[in-house]
Amino acid sequence: MSDEKTAPESAADVVWEDGAAVPTLTVLPDKYLTVRYAGASGDFNPIHVDEEFAQQVGLPGRILHGLWTMAQVARAATEAVGGDEAPGSLRRLEVAFRGMAVPEEDVVVTGDVKTVEDGLATVSLTARQGRARVVRNGRATVRVPDGR
Amino acid sequence: MTETTAPVGKQYPPVDYVLGREKIREYARAVGETNPLHHDVAAARAAGHDDVVAPPMFVVVYSAEAIGTAMFDPEVGIDMARLVHGAQEFSWERVLVAGEEVSTVMTLDEVRHVETADLTYYVFGATTTDAAGEVVSTGVWTNIVRGAGE
Repeated sequence: MSDEKTAPESAADVVWEDGAAVPTLTVLPDKYLTVRYAGASGDFNPIHVDEEFAQQVGLPGRILHGLWTMAQVARAATEAVGGDEAPGSLRRLEVAFRGMAVPEEDVVVTGDVKTVEDGLATVSLTARQGRARVVRNGRATVRVPDGR
Repeated sequence: MTETTAPVGKQYPPVDYVLGREKIREYARAVGETNPLHHDVAAARAAGHDDVVAPPMFVVVYSAEAIGTAMFDPEVGIDMARLVHGAQEFSWERVLVAGEEVSTVMTLDEVRHVETADLTYYVFGATTTDAAGEVVSTGVWTNIVRGAGE
């Protein structure tokens, strides 16, 4: 697995070959992020926006939307490509959710290139919060930028 | 467990969605997408697009009503109080830009009860097409209901 010490700083430094790390993405979801994401996405499940409700159903409090966390995994993949090609470079992304992520604690996405074939790279990605893996088995297929 | 009477393969009516420029910007801000293509019309046009580009994960926005309808279908019988989002897959054929209209069809692909773990898996498949009828994205939504067995 890659760690923050060996991950490249930016897209320009990514080596598109087996075993190479992609830049680490660290995002701090602020206290009201889940409210903004609910509005942006249309997912108003009260476990994400209502502290009392979340606690009543046995959660520590409001939890982040899994699909917001998946969007951070998508960002880690597309930002490894960077520039104008980034949004269209992501061809496929699959994740498994595990545990739960909470506001006001860094979400850290790390990834490694697994294979590169015919201009398409498979990237293995994980999202963590503290010691907990909140997205495991993340796997992205991205089109490697031209000339790389 | 709640009984599922819907047949596997049940298809839900298409849900149309028009991508709006401000909705794309709002979504991009909420997930921290900073690429100018998602915010700045001039930057998007300079890169050859007609308008701002939706981030790939904007798929959840134009799929929201379709997956909501399927998951709340009483014939599927998902116990929402015990629901967790287990896994998610998306594939993209091309980027979408503001002003485009897409249509999403959701299908109940699988209902599977795992006795040993007392988990029920509900898997829905989504296909989104553009105005020309070409596929722009597909999705697999895996929802898990915990501990609903008798």
